Amino acid sequence: MRYAETGFNLEIDLTRGNVERVETDPRDTELYLGGLGTNAKILWDRVPPEVEPFSPDNLLIFSAGLLCGTPATGCNRTIVSTVSPQTHLMAFSMMGGFWAPELKYAGYDKVILRGKSPNLVYLWIHNDKVEIRDATHLKGKGAVETAELIRQELNEPRAQVAAIGLAGENRVYFASIEQGRSSASRLGLGAVMGDKGVKAIVVRGTKDVNVARPAEFLALCNEVLQYIKFRNENPIPGVMPILAGLGSPQEMKVHDEKWHTENFMWGNSRVRRKDFWNDEIARQWAETLDSMRTRLISCYNCPMTCGATISPPGLPTYMMKCFSKLTYTMAAFSDLEFGLGIAQSATEYGVDGFSAPQVMAFALELYENGILTDEDFPGMPADNEGRFYWLLDRIVRREGIGDVLADGTYWASKRIGKGAEAYAHNNIKKHEQLPLKLSMLNPIYFLMYATGEKLNITQIEGQFPQAPWRTREEREEFAKDWFQVPDEKFKQYLVDWEPRGEKSMPFYPTVEMCCDIVDWQERMHYIDDALGMCAGLSSFPLKPPYHLHNYPKFISAGAGIDMDTDTLTQAARRYRTLVRAYNIRRGMRRKDDKPPENHWKKRFPELEKELLDTYYKFKGWNDQGIPTRESLSELGLDYVVEDFEKRGIYSETEDDSSSETPAEDEKI
Amino acid sequence: MGEKKKKIVKTIKVDADKCNGCRACEVICSAFHATPRYSSNNPARSRIRLIREPLRDIYLPVYAGEYTPAECAGRDKYVIEGKEYEECAFCRASCPSRDVFKEPDSGLPLKCDMCESDPDLEKPLCVQWCLVDALTYEEREEEVEEETELEELEIGLEALADKFGLDKMMDTVARMSLSKKE
Repeated sequence: MRYAETGFNLEIDLTRGNVERVETDPRDTELYLGGLGTNAKILWDRVPPEVEPFSPDNLLIFSAGLLCGTPATGCNRTIVSTVSPQTHLMAFSMMGGFWAPELKYAGYDKVILRGKSPNLVYLWIHNDKVEIRDATHLKGKGAVETAELIRQELNEPRAQVAAIGLAGENRVYFASIEQGRSSASRLGLGAVMGDKGVKAIVVRGTKDVNVARPAEFLALCNEVLQYIKFRNENPIPGVMPILAGLGSPQEMKVHDEKWHTENFMWGNSRVRRKDFWNDEIARQWAETLDSMRTRLISCYNCPMTCGATISPPGLPTYMMKCFSKLTYTMAAFSDLEFGLGIAQSATEYGVDGFSAPQVMAFALELYENGILTDEDFPGMPADNEGRFYWLLDRIVRREGIGDVLADGTYWASKRIGKGAEAYAHNNIKKHEQLPLKLSMLNPIYFLMYATGEKLNITQIEGQFPQAPWRTREEREEFAKDWFQVPDEKFKQYLVDWEPRGEKSMPFYPTVEMCCDIVDWQERMHYIDDALGMCAGLSSFPLKPPYHLHNYPKFISAGAGIDMDTDTLTQAARRYRTLVRAYNIRRGMRRKDDKPPENHWKKRFPELEKELLDTYYKFKGWNDQGIPTRESLSELGLDYVVEDFEKRGIYSETEDDSSSETPAEDEKI
Repeated sequence: MGEKKKKIVKTIKVDADKCNGCRACEVICSAFHATPRYSSNNPARSRIRLIREPLRDIYLPVYAGEYTPAECAGRDKYVIEGKEYEECAFCRASCPSRDVFKEPDSGLPLKCDMCESDPDLEKPLCVQWCLVDALTYEEREEEVEEETELEELEIGLEALADKFGLDKMMDTVARMSLSKKE
């Protein structure tokens, strides 16, 4: 019997309309756990680097995490993996909500889509019955609207629906997949779903998910719940409110936005408004949030209320989470009322709340600077807010300039030319980043930005405080009950860390310490992505309830795979390295591992080189960031070595490796 | 009819306004009632169901009550604070007109037993797992008429008898016991 997982994947060939239920190899679970880990293995095996994102041979994999569907609190995430149309690298965004547990109850761990449907369809998975159904009547419908219509049409109010909106149908490179109160937004997964002709995947399951050692597993769950209660009652002192507690940043609760509005950049990640927040704005924004927010809500089996239902006047209700609260507001130099209103359209269209506002601000900046002209914007309103609504409509329909902008700032700037490239200034590996521009290099964040292959800082940071407390006493106080550390040395790193002086940034934490810290932070995220755990209870906050010491017990008691901290770490390293190898095979090299040029004003090129050199070595990668034969072999990834050798990846000269990657050669 | 007697009644107070829609109550209920205990998880077997329609702001946890062999006439609608509910939504019965509060495979009726166990739990687990306090446990003293409680097996058998007829069921049991002996 398989525990925690179901042991079956659904393989769906959309071209031929074929559906198969395929048993998986339990050995793969031991090696790659599940979720992202086993997704990466499938992509490595079946999607070679020659396959274009919009080829029928590209796969789009929806995976429940290994522990989804068990009673483990907060374990509800779906990991969606494919080749990104924007970066041409592996995309692996995730979503919370209710979909992944439902898939498990229907009897499957993954849904693997290949081929392309000739007509728009949706998939209806109801336990053993799987249908490919016509969706032409849903063409052009909003993502939230689609979910409601399908539930009515099937008369299944309990079905969970993951759907795309117009943006996905039109293959916008930053189209999202919307579901429950969550979405898989980054890197254009919705565009690949639209390219495959799939409007939605609908799931209803009423079967059991088993755990291997029930009493032990439940005791672990209860410990986690108790610790969540403890942390809710004991926020971390001396840090800003969104870092003090558990969960995703509690943006739906917080009224005081002084920190975000004065420290993050406005417009096309350009303008810092240091004296923005005042009493009048605080009053207005509080009124807006209180009048539109109907209720604070959660994902499946989680007590953290990180989301909310929002009802803007005259518009349908939608569900929002986290920082999309402010991204539209700040990109348009507007107010919260505008932000919460346009996010309703954006959610129905299904676009990423980071990229979409930035792309629109980028377009307007090009317009202000004469690179785009009135001819590019026929009929655009004169007011800023009207312009954002107008642009959003053009983009999701790929009309006129919208067709260019729909590819994101990197590809749009190439197509526009005339110096537009300089305005696509906030990307890593062609992907739009959070609008942050800071003064002095932070060595920990440098490594995370440079090497994080999820291409989103929130998906690699966490665990370690972002800055040292002012006094040693405060730091010692924090370290006292910090049992989540993988090793006692991390406590010392923190205690010795000073805001100023000899032991301060950028030279302290030392290069070696930075490697340890980044590796720990990244490892936690990778484990979460395999287990299906929400980062908000694990990798993201300080002192989370899930950590490297109880995770192995959860896997042992839940999935029946005996594990300790070392074997878990080894498994996480294995599929993390496989993700790297996959991207290396698609042309990614050292030159791509860099934060935006202007992310910090004060840079330290020699230190940055040393950081990257040391971190690569620490990770078992060579100076081009390619995993070495030895490190691959140690992880049991000899098939990667073989493939690299066949492709001549190890015999590249410096010259070759600095040439353009295949992704760059792409005709645009 | 038994005689009147004072009795401690276990109740759960549902504050629907506090519900965050996470369904942890369904999760832990189905795990507790699995055999062996906690060995599996399946909200479709839960004895508490959350009616959750976020876009209409409807969050309504309902507990499974008595089995009933016949449909009732209740098809009315209630509007409370601008939100429309089916009359059925509030009903605890496992009944022929809907598929809630029935085991998904056998169709046998489910009923909340307040997590009866030996030793007694401090509170039912759905309450313990509801960290947002939508569910709270209350004990009330009530005067009740004593009645013989139906055992779980009896409730199940009664449901089968209603579905297939007592004769057919007895035939089947006889045949089964015969084939077991062979």
